[in-house]
Amino acid sequence: MSAVIEISGMVKKFGATVALDGLDLTVEQGEVHGFLGPNGAGKTTTLRVLLGTVRADAGSARVLGLDPWKDVAELHARLAFVPGDVALWPSLTGGEVIDLLGRLQGGHDPKRRADLLERFDLDPTKRSRSYSKGNRQKVALVAALATDADLFLLDEPTSGLDPLMEETFREYVRDLRKDGRTVLLSSHILSEAEALSDTISIIREGRIVESGTLASLRHLQRLTISAETEHELHGITDIPGLHEVVLDDRHLRCSVEPSHLAELLSHLTAAGVVTLESHPPTLEDLFLSHYGVSADPEVSDRA
Amino acid sequence: MHDELVGWVAMLRLALRRDRVLLTAWVIGLAATAGFSASATVTLYPTEASRIEAAETINASAAVVALYGRIYDPASLGAVSMIKLTALGAAIVGIVMLFMAVRHTRAEEEPGRLELLSGGRLGRLAPLTAAFVLVAASCLLLGVLTGLANTAAGLPLGGSMAFGLGWAATGLVYGTVGLVTAQLATTARAARGLGLIVIAVTYALRAVGDLAEPGPSFLSWLSPIGWNQQIRAYAGDRWWVLLLPLALTAVLVPTAYALRSRRDLGAGLREDRPGPATGRLGTAPGLAWRLQSRVLLAWAIAFVAFPALLGSLAGSVENLVNSPSMKAFFEAIGGTAGLIEVFLGAEIAIMAAIAAAYGISAAERMRSEEVEGRVEPVLATRVTRIRWATSHYAIAIVGSAGLMVLAGVFTGITASLSVGDGNLFGKVVLAALAQIPAVWVVTSLVMLAFGWLPRATVAVWGLLVAFVMVGEFGSLWKLPEWVMNLSPLRHAPTLPVTSSGVAPVAWLTVAAVVLSVLGYLGWRRRDLTG
Repeated sequence: MSAVIEISGMVKKFGATVALDGLDLTVEQGEVHGFLGPNGAGKTTTLRVLLGTVRADAGSARVLGLDPWKDVAELHARLAFVPGDVALWPSLTGGEVIDLLGRLQGGHDPKRRADLLERFDLDPTKRSRSYSKGNRQKVALVAALATDADLFLLDEPTSGLDPLMEETFREYVRDLRKDGRTVLLSSHILSEAEALSDTISIIREGRIVESGTLASLRHLQRLTISAETEHELHGITDIPGLHEVVLDDRHLRCSVEPSHLAELLSHLTAAGVVTLESHPPTLEDLFLSHYGVSADPEVSDRA
Repeated sequence: MHDELVGWVAMLRLALRRDRVLLTAWVIGLAATAGFSASATVTLYPTEASRIEAAETINASAAVVALYGRIYDPASLGAVSMIKLTALGAAIVGIVMLFMAVRHTRAEEEPGRLELLSGGRLGRLAPLTAAFVLVAASCLLLGVLTGLANTAAGLPLGGSMAFGLGWAATGLVYGTVGLVTAQLATTARAARGLGLIVIAVTYALRAVGDLAEPGPSFLSWLSPIGWNQQIRAYAGDRWWVLLLPLALTAVLVPTAYALRSRRDLGAGLREDRPGPATGRLGTAPGLAWRLQSRVLLAWAIAFVAFPALLGSLAGSVENLVNSPSMKAFFEAIGGTAGLIEVFLGAEIAIMAAIAAAYGISAAERMRSEEVEGRVEPVLATRVTRIRWATSHYAIAIVGSAGLMVLAGVFTGITASLSVGDGNLFGKVVLAALAQIPAVWVVTSLVMLAFGWLPRATVAVWGLLVAFVMVGEFGSLWKLPEWVMNLSPLRHAPTLPVTSSGVAPVAWLTVAAVVLSVLGYLGWRRRDLTG
């Protein structure tokens, strides 16, 4: 496997604001790479650097072996992009926008286009100004997914989509992966990235704080457990891998590392568990538990 | 009805907060323009005899009458000093109020900001009400301040107030026209465009009406700008004429309310019909042309109609010179043939300033596409920055030049027919072509700003206003020569164009090329901004 995206030491400042602060990111050929981070962490700026619409102040970036700032036409013939905030030309219909973007990129497969329109349930005859946010998102998705690109840059592509359409989107991403395409998928929802990605990078305040395969990031995947038991719980605090334990008589709240989940469950069963809820960690939980800060930089400043 | 108005005070506060700088600048700037012009004229024509001579020269010149109107009391200092501000000034006040009305109605509704507020306790008619109150209050403030400025400059109080309130009433009419067009069009751009057409047509109506002998004819009375002239401030102060714009406002405001009540938020008067499911657009120039061609067509129609109309007035230029002493005066300076050329030259210069306005608006499309986030998806394809920018800039450059060709050809046809001199056609066309490089220089300022100071792109409009003001009032205000020379429009050769015009045409062209290239260099190296 060779790297499709290679960024090292990327710095980008907007006035006094540091958007990217020495960012390193590698995306290998044929993988779906989840690019996770809270709002304002620098995800969109990173994608803009990769597209050549924003120029980095320092560091280097290669995309498909090309310079994203200089080799624009050559590089863009091989990539497709879905912006996070889709703006369309109000007087053009959705179909016209899809065909326009497709031709500018290098051409669509008409069969694929028709299939996408049907699966995403999008009416291409409507004027763009009358589309809802979700439908504008679909226009951009159809335009990008109908192309024959090698690399797909998707900036929070499911924002505004309903759960059914989100599932349709996921199927298409899995197809892309089967075809050996590379996908960089930015998101602030951990579960979405988990469901689709082979590898994940987590960005916070312009730096990558974690990067690796899903398996290697298992340590991040603590479950939050809340349970109620018939009898009083004993010896809970002796179990290793338990965190943030709040024990109130027969009510337990804690987070547990997956490797110690079985041990916890046997304790709960022994005490006669009545209710049990478990949640995967949210990005917010992750930041709190691993970095001791909030995902929201303003909150962490106050902390 | 009461529920529909809930929240208008909050909307008005928001509008005042957003416009505090812009509004203050316009009101003070316009009032100061009147005051400075008044005090400059006081020193320019100290005696009654000198005023009467100046007024008779103005009334005898068709170019001046078509553009500014007549002076109804040659002995009145006020009437002489406000001649350039009566029709033209009222039109500028009208444009300002039109834009303000659209800015606080359709321009808020189009991007969905009004929808954000509609979730709160906000009546359906509240934004419209706030916009109307803002426009009306601004007009009144402007009117009173202008009256006081002219009084302070030494003009009589009664006439000054009649003049100021005339501006206020004209502004009110065109502001409410904006409230109506904002209900008809779905985009702010189209709402402003419709309003500007109304202003242009009513301006032309009074131009033709004022030229009739013995003017004004009924056509002047069909125009709110004509009404402002017929108040005859400082020349009789006919206050009752103010009732006409007030009556029209009283019709337009309920019309806007009725239209708003009948439509949905975000909708225009017409429902959107389904369009094609597939598109033939496939190139950046194709997209730019699709976005800009309709607007260019509307401008092209205006650049056929107005030049043809003004050209057809060339034959009546001589009729205005009726007194024997005036005849002797003009024959001494080259005869009435020269007078016709002065008239046509002035008309072409005005069309050049208007063509520059087209150039600015077409080139600014680059910035508005960027701000609205529609450049990024295009630049994410194989389209390069240079190619994308050229697709819009070429329309601005070729379009503005094309408009000047139309202006030359159609002025030339009707002028040579009405005067009965076939040679005039070539001269007029040549004069129109000679203006093109100056128009390009103004347009290229947009490219320069877009490349280096994108947020300041809109300021080029201010520069155009400044160039026009310098041309109109520079001599009166005794501005230093070098300040007046900053205006590219001042350097374009006027009718009749001779070999001495080659040099300025050449260096203006070079300047436009240099400014454009600089702009491209900046655009190539800068970040996209929102």
